[in-house]
Amino acid sequence: MSEKIKAPKEPLFSKKNKRLVTEPLDDNNPVTLQVLGICSALAITVSIEQALIMTGAVFFVLGLGNVIISLLRNAIPSRVRIIVQLVVVAALVIIVNEVLKAYLPDPAEKLSVFVGLIITNCIIMGRFEAFAMANKPWPSFLDAVGNTLGYGMVLVIVSVIREIFGSGKFFGYPILGNNIVDPEAGLELTGLYSIGYMNNNFIILAPFALFAVALIIWVQRARNKSLIEEH
Amino acid sequence: MKSLEKFLRKIEPTHESKWAKFHPVWDALYTFAFTPGETTKKGSHIRDGIDLKRTMFMVIVALIPCLLFGIYNTGHWHYYAEGTAGAFMDHFGDKLLYGAIKILPIVIVSYGIGLGVEFIFCIRNKHAIQEGFLVTGMLIPLILPADIPLWMVAVATVFAVVLGKEVFGGTGMNIVNIALTARAFLFFGYPTEMSGDKVWMSGIGDMAKADIPEGVTGATQLGELASFTFPQEEWAYGAEAVANIQETAISGFQSAWPLWESFVGMIPGSIGETSVAAILIGAILLLYTGIGNWKLMSSFVVGGLVVGLIANWTAVNPYMELEPLNHLIIGGFAFGAVFMITDPVSAAQTSTGKFIYGFLAGALSITIRVFNGAYPEGVFLAILFMNVMAPMIDHYVIQVNIKRRLKRIKTA
Repeated sequence: MSEKIKAPKEPLFSKKNKRLVTEPLDDNNPVTLQVLGICSALAITVSIEQALIMTGAVFFVLGLGNVIISLLRNAIPSRVRIIVQLVVVAALVIIVNEVLKAYLPDPAEKLSVFVGLIITNCIIMGRFEAFAMANKPWPSFLDAVGNTLGYGMVLVIVSVIREIFGSGKFFGYPILGNNIVDPEAGLELTGLYSIGYMNNNFIILAPFALFAVALIIWVQRARNKSLIEEH
Repeated sequence: MKSLEKFLRKIEPTHESKWAKFHPVWDALYTFAFTPGETTKKGSHIRDGIDLKRTMFMVIVALIPCLLFGIYNTGHWHYYAEGTAGAFMDHFGDKLLYGAIKILPIVIVSYGIGLGVEFIFCIRNKHAIQEGFLVTGMLIPLILPADIPLWMVAVATVFAVVLGKEVFGGTGMNIVNIALTARAFLFFGYPTEMSGDKVWMSGIGDMAKADIPEGVTGATQLGELASFTFPQEEWAYGAEAVANIQETAISGFQSAWPLWESFVGMIPGSIGETSVAAILIGAILLLYTGIGNWKLMSSFVVGGLVVGLIANWTAVNPYMELEPLNHLIIGGFAFGAVFMITDPVSAAQTSTGKFIYGFLAGALSITIRVFNGAYPEGVFLAILFMNVMAPMIDHYVIQVNIKRRLKRIKTA
């Protein structure tokens, strides 16, 4: 009875580790359940391209940051941990910002300050505090993958809605027809626009992203009853 | 009637039949024609025959003068834009016919789509169908310009009913006024169809510039007034004011729009909002039957007057020189005061709260109008904003009451 049970070495994709990736997609989504990262969901979801770039940037910062914090977790004095975390995020965000400016100047210009504002994205600090400070690097990385996917999924759904109904485009391609009239350039209304359809300006405005996120939350909770809070 | 009742009873979907889930639809149609057959078994507290259906019906009756006047007015301004209108009562039949062709489809779309959404949600949630949409379906067309495309009415109605009402639990649970939600959706979504000077006279948007008679601008009173908040070159009556020292911009405005015509409603604007006379008929009916709340109506008007007076005293531009009473009869202020602020669900519930709520909504309406040239009409924005604030007002009114009574206990 007194035999000491040696903990078996955990396989790389154990059930627990898999749950780290799948849970933030639905049951514990950072945007729709924890309601974090809303600011960027409002600001950069007018086009799918921006949403994807933002997701990529967040993945880089969160993935690398989680691993770094996890490696340092035993060396960080707990009283100054927030400052250490901030330094890590800030350094990574500066790298992302410079890379985007160098290789993707046009989208980077559209994203403007919002790349820099990844520093204030609550998901990142939240995962550092809640997960990376208490777990090994590999689970921390998987946690970053899961949370970024959960975040990116919401961003992409919102941006698909907003780009199609707000600007009539999908990935920058005008799928609903041409809506600019310019006799000199030979442009006239085509597609849906020729029968009176108009883009909805309200959907371009930031407040609509709140409605879109709310609709996603509604659909998600209707599908998954376990998420509904008791009162 | 007897045979109709027999027929309806025969097709009633009972629990056993496969149509059972459509019982709410049947029930809604049945009680529209007949009083429910079930009576209370024990003693009941109900002292009055009025219920939700009858309440809603009275509001519809109160809205009919606005609708009829709106139909005729739409026709009048259409022919005015073409230059063939003559006096207001000339070509009576033509104007009525044109207005009816323009406006009845909007009413039908609003009702059809809205009730469709309501039926779907009631069947899904297994609720009895309540008559909340009867009034909303009539209010939505009345606060839109006559040229609004029908598909936009449909989209806005779906948006307003689903996100304004059904997500909160259906009739009686909405936080904001549903008709105004629909208008706000259209106003921000399709600004070119909801504001400017191409939409208020039916058909003017499709006319070539050369075909529009001289002097017809297509702007509403509010549109012209809003121009006074911009630099002088853009004023609607700026040129005349310069040419004739005796006449200021605001008196140019006032002589172009006689008060009497504004009161009767012979002005361009949203379908149902123009005629203060028709709105007053509705107001009298609502107040007489006790359906509309006089506290909300009066405090709304007082709030508007107070801000109008303050603006008038401290006037720095011609808009602020407008007489406070004149504010009440232009734009949607009167319509908002009678039919929008009195929405019993989204308004404040406490008696003191109603005065505060109405006053602030009226004050905010005129504030947005006078001080923000970008939004010529502020009534719907002000009421929506105050809808959201209403629970807070109620909360503090109740807290103050509790405190006062606690104090009385302690001192006694």
